[in-house]
Amino acid sequence: MPRLLRMSELTRADVAHLASLARIDLSEAELDHLSGELAIILESVATVSSAPIEDVEPMSHPLPLVNVSRPDVVTPSLTPEEALAMAPEAEEQRFSVPRILDED
Amino acid sequence: MTSADLTRRTAAELADLLASGEVSAREVTAAHLERTRAVDDRTHAYLHVDEEGALAAADEVDRKRRAGETLHAAAGVPIAVKDVLVTRGLPTTCGSRILEGWIPPYDATVVRRLKDAGLPILGKTNMDEFAMGSSTEHSAYGPTRNPWDLERIPGGSGGGSSAVVASHQAPWAIGTDTGGSIRQPAAVTGSVGVKPTYGGVSRYGLVALASSLDQAGPCTRTVLDAALLHEIIGGHDPMDSTSIAGPVPPVVEAARRADVSGTRIGIVKELSGEGFQAGVQQRFDESVQHLVDAGAEVVEVSCPSFTYALATYYLILPSEASSNLAKFDAMRYGLRVWPEGIEDPSAEQVMAATRDAGFGDEVKRRIILGTYALSSGYYDAYYGSAQKVRRLIANEFAAAFEQADVLVSPTAPTTAFRFGEKLDDPMAMYLNDIATIPANLAGIPGISVPSGLAPEDGLPTGFQVLAPAMADDRLYAVGAALEARLEAEWGGSLLGRAPDVQSLPLPAAVPATHTTEA
Repeated sequence: MPRLLRMSELTRADVAHLASLARIDLSEAELDHLSGELAIILESVATVSSAPIEDVEPMSHPLPLVNVSRPDVVTPSLTPEEALAMAPEAEEQRFSVPRILDED
Repeated sequence: MTSADLTRRTAAELADLLASGEVSAREVTAAHLERTRAVDDRTHAYLHVDEEGALAAADEVDRKRRAGETLHAAAGVPIAVKDVLVTRGLPTTCGSRILEGWIPPYDATVVRRLKDAGLPILGKTNMDEFAMGSSTEHSAYGPTRNPWDLERIPGGSGGGSSAVVASHQAPWAIGTDTGGSIRQPAAVTGSVGVKPTYGGVSRYGLVALASSLDQAGPCTRTVLDAALLHEIIGGHDPMDSTSIAGPVPPVVEAARRADVSGTRIGIVKELSGEGFQAGVQQRFDESVQHLVDAGAEVVEVSCPSFTYALATYYLILPSEASSNLAKFDAMRYGLRVWPEGIEDPSAEQVMAATRDAGFGDEVKRRIILGTYALSSGYYDAYYGSAQKVRRLIANEFAAAFEQADVLVSPTAPTTAFRFGEKLDDPMAMYLNDIATIPANLAGIPGISVPSGLAPEDGLPTGFQVLAPAMADDRLYAVGAALEARLEAEWGGSLLGRAPDVQSLPLPAAVPATHTTEA
């Protein structure tokens, strides 16, 4: 099990990296603010590892999860117009998005 | 009957008046809309009011009644819906800028059931952004104010739903509860709130915060009204794979019987005493005595892992939220912001700029926390450990329910606090949910019932009852028994002692509500 980060070890650079993973373009001021707050929160939530959890089965969900399927029958769904109505941009019955590939 | 009289009635009373033809659905709906026009500049409980749609739905109920059609017993009793449930044709923002102006193309199952029962939808209620918060201060559209004291928070995240009910703008409302967002607002506004068993109410169309914790439920002024609403929205839904395929527990019958004779009431040692405001604890102790006087037995139970519940919750919730909120990517719906100073930006750059502009501080905080907890190298230590503690908590609940039929605690550790008091201290804000969070982790149902006013500040306090999964009826039996005894002692409801919102001084800078005029 990896060593838990102590609060002083969560650097501003770490937060900037996490923000890029989460696709949030944080400003410099936000990075300063968040780094301090997250360190305090992390120190508090890290107490879970001191609970008596050895040999305890993890629980992801309150109920046992089972796959649910239905007969393969066509049911009414959104029309293309309804699905596209709230799109930032639409074109030729499709969602229009910024470029998705690098230029080179 | 004047419109003021109609807004003072319970939903059950309104249903009877409507069924007997004494009033029309239009009169009842118009009375509540009039009330909103009169008071919501003070409370800011609604993000959107749909006068036109609500009156049209009311007229349709009146038409069907005149035509002799069979109607649901509550047809024509209007309702407010938290802005986290999608409503076809009505704006749904989740209290976030990223969804400003978004109009969903479909109804949540809960909303569909309200419409099928003939409940006119008055509007969408304010909330902390994506249900992250305990005060509504994290709403991008400004906070809702507590009808008891406009300088104080109405609870959160469902502060709009608790406030419309407490200020008589709606007889009942829908809330959602991920860590206490129905129960804590009920406690601090002197109203009733129920989080049903996980899977008891469909999550289809509920914009997910944490999918393994979220549950929609009733916000009302009486225990019986909560049961009636629970019955309308509950039950199996094929559109939600986690929906329980079984009947709704007999909640209405339990609320009507209000019988606690022989019921074993377990006081959870870890959820009272230290950290709880003196007046909150005092009203809790008195409520326990009332239940004993009504024939219940008291046992003390201990759930030592509950001391880890808050830490567990603030790992599991951000982890699930960081994943759920990844869908706000500026591509298919919602806000799209182009980054400044970048020529021909990529989709990822647009997504990052949009999420920076569209999400508030608390949402960013939790997404980044969740991203960290799930990241390679830290997953086992954080998210993995939290999932194991979650199991311990569920096991301790199971053991406690062998000794007691229900468990009880104060709902929230304090009465309503002032705006700004905890805004800059996230851990202090998170502590508001200390007594409500364990139920969400285990998936069990809980209710908050008014227990009085704290002597030191004259503000409402709440009494929480928890029951085993699918034994939601026990919440209603105990809640209704306590309500009956307390109201006999008070000589009426707790909300009857609330100040008249219209007489309270109008605080500065309350954001305006969007209204679709009829």
